[in-house]
Amino acid sequence: MFRNTYDSDNTVFSPQGRLHQVEYALEAVKQGSAAIGLRSKTHSVLLALKRSTGDLASYQQKMFRIDDHVGIAIAGLTSDARVLSNFMRQQALSSRMVFNRPVPVNRLVSAIADSASPLPPSPLWDIADIRCGGGAEAQVNTQEYGRRPYGVGFLVIGQDHTGPHLYEFSPSGTSFEYYAISIGARNQSAKTYLEKHYESFADCSLEDLIRHGLHALRETLQQDKELTPANTSIGIIGPAGKAEKDVATEGSFRIREGDDVKVYIASMVPKAVPEPAAAPPPAAGDEDVQMAE
Amino acid sequence: MPSMEHVAHPQQRAFNPYTENGGTILAIAGADFTVIAGDTRQSEGYSIQTRYAPKVFRLTDRAVLAVNGFAADGNMFVKKVKQRLEWYRHAHAKDMPLRAIARLIQTMLYAQRFFPYYVYNILGGIEDDGTGAVYSFDPVGSYEREACRAAGAAQSLVQPFLDNQIYFKNQQAAPGQTHPSHLPLPDVLSIVIDSFTSATERHIEVGDGLEMYIVLAKGRNTQGMESLHGVQELSSKLDGERVFVVRRELKKD
Amino acid sequence: MDHFPTNWGRPRNDAFDHYNTYPIPVRPQNNAFADSVQRTQQPIVTGTSVLGLKYKDGIMIASDTLASYGSLARFKDIKRLHQVGDFTAIGASGDMSDFQALQRDLESLIISEEVTEQDGHKLGPKEIHEYLSNVLYGKRCKMDPLWNSVIVGGFKDGERFLAYVDLLGTTYTSSTIATGYGAYIAQPLLRKAVEGKEDVLTEAEARKILEDCLRVLFYRDARSLDKYQIATVNASGPSISDSIKLETSWGFAEGIRGYGAQTQ
Repeated sequence: MFRNTYDSDNTVFSPQGRLHQVEYALEAVKQGSAAIGLRSKTHSVLLALKRSTGDLASYQQKMFRIDDHVGIAIAGLTSDARVLSNFMRQQALSSRMVFNRPVPVNRLVSAIADSASPLPPSPLWDIADIRCGGGAEAQVNTQEYGRRPYGVGFLVIGQDHTGPHLYEFSPSGTSFEYYAISIGARNQSAKTYLEKHYESFADCSLEDLIRHGLHALRETLQQDKELTPANTSIGIIGPAGKAEKDVATEGSFRIREGDDVKVYIASMVPKAVPEPAAAPPPAAGDEDVQMAE
Repeated sequence: MPSMEHVAHPQQRAFNPYTENGGTILAIAGADFTVIAGDTRQSEGYSIQTRYAPKVFRLTDRAVLAVNGFAADGNMFVKKVKQRLEWYRHAHAKDMPLRAIARLIQTMLYAQRFFPYYVYNILGGIEDDGTGAVYSFDPVGSYEREACRAAGAAQSLVQPFLDNQIYFKNQQAAPGQTHPSHLPLPDVLSIVIDSFTSATERHIEVGDGLEMYIVLAKGRNTQGMESLHGVQELSSKLDGERVFVVRRELKKD
Repeated sequence: MDHFPTNWGRPRNDAFDHYNTYPIPVRPQNNAFADSVQRTQQPIVTGTSVLGLKYKDGIMIASDTLASYGSLARFKDIKRLHQVGDFTAIGASGDMSDFQALQRDLESLIISEEVTEQDGHKLGPKEIHEYLSNVLYGKRCKMDPLWNSVIVGGFKDGERFLAYVDLLGTTYTSSTIATGYGAYIAQPLLRKAVEGKEDVLTEAEARKILEDCLRVLFYRDARSLDKYQIATVNASGPSISDSIKLETSWGFAEGIRGYGAQTQ
């Protein structure tokens, strides 16, 4: 195990100008199984690979519903994810309580990333009993002594009057909006797939979007593993697809697991058997597919 | 400057945080359905504030809550119950059972024991065992499960009518026969409609509109609702309990 | 001579006029030192009725510009209508200092919600109304009310919105709303003129209806003034007029015993 000199607390820079604890936290995200997000003009979807500690154990939870219009997939420490997702749920509820409106997705993401709260301070009247939560912001953790960064990364999908959205949130306290993105173990292979195909995503049907997602997710698997109904989670926002029943007309967030994902897994195109020469290793610089929004 | 003592006849009166907004609510449980209804008039004193202010709210596919009394408390209470149910959904990935919602409501009401929500609640829906149920509450949380209950401005007009028509009080069964323990849906619907048209005739705070919610047990067909027009379904799932709402006009004078 | 203006004129009648102040001698007795915090227990400088209605293209709110101190017409050019954000106007009767504090609060809300964020998620009349009801209900729960009844109106995403909220947190929506004394005098006139015609009334007709109601109020409500403002909110956003003089005629008074020149 490597170790640096300037890494015992996160309020001290290394002479190279780095915060090692924050970088280690980013490593924690890479330890988690992969999660992938894609967006079309009508839908946002999340796909995640669930791990199990053994044949006798259940699979870990990779997706959380935040509100009717928001859902997340996680990679990293599940317990940290629960803290943050509970904070997001509180923010979503208090937006409905105070303004009777669904919380804007971008503000929800920036609320966990920065210290910017989506709820305005009310200088005259203390409506603290109406608003809940507070103090879960990730960026603050990188600046204050005695705290540690969250060891978890999120993909957040949501919809509002401007359409579907997809965001990534990382422990360093940054958040970006994407057309397609992947996080977690071996996500670079998925990213390579997404970079190759993202231009077609905008006009995809829900089924095609999910198939692209599964193809990308497949890239993150170890040699002998494959996607099964047991280890695959799909989160969807947008109008009902061909294989879906019981979807609210607003196209609320729903998680598809088990038998419900069979139809999507069956739709995958089998991988070309003879792999050509191993794909060139990813370039040193982390090449995101982030697009200007 | 004149001495205050002479002119002053001190009128001691603090700010009163409560008011009454009229209206009446009612719920009747059947064997495998429940009907929960309320009028839509909101008033203060002799003034009608609005002719459409809902007092009955769908909580889940199997629970409907009617609130009556001080409208501001009622609306805030319903909002808080809904948020608690949303947390339950987050934690358990299912809707809260009816009897649990009833206990939750008692806890939330009693938490305000010394500054109560001035609200009479009636909760109706389907229990886990598939039976229709009605729970009625007082403002500080006392509650019980019943077959029917009326509350609000015209409670004293409607409840005796229900006692007679639902519980068959003061009725002699035909020789060799017994009174039914549950009425069929069409009978219940006409009793509800008659209750509200009568209350509208005799109580100034009741009228304008009627909102009836019908909750059907899982797997029950819509038999008995054919005669109703303008039924709107509010269920979120196709194969669970089903919720419907029907709106009717009431006299506006 | 009694130098206390709140002792002059018609005393407040609590049965129908609970948005006006008490004359000083009959105010509830409070010992300011009994409790270290003094809460608002009665309104002091008050505005009378506010009227609101829906019409074909949006909503309108009207009020006169008087702020009374008891029966004294203390401030005669007070603005009781206020724009909130890009889609909403509000109007208030009751205590004017409470209302002006509310205006400041809404101003800072708009700054933190819209000017700071600039993400296109703007507050419409429904959100403003929900927020206001939470503020007023929250204050009533602390037994420290904001002594107002407020009409919130607006137009956003092709939809009209008109609603009411008061010091108790009571809310409702309706196609015509009148607060204070206007609930008794103007509301019946408004309902007759507007109900069922919300989608037909033109802006000019709506304005005429409000002017007629304000005129009746000026004739009948001693705490009103013949100077008023109208706020209009439609697809092109809110606009609040300057103070307008109300045309009145008093010729009929000649024929009324006690007003005219009759001797008997």
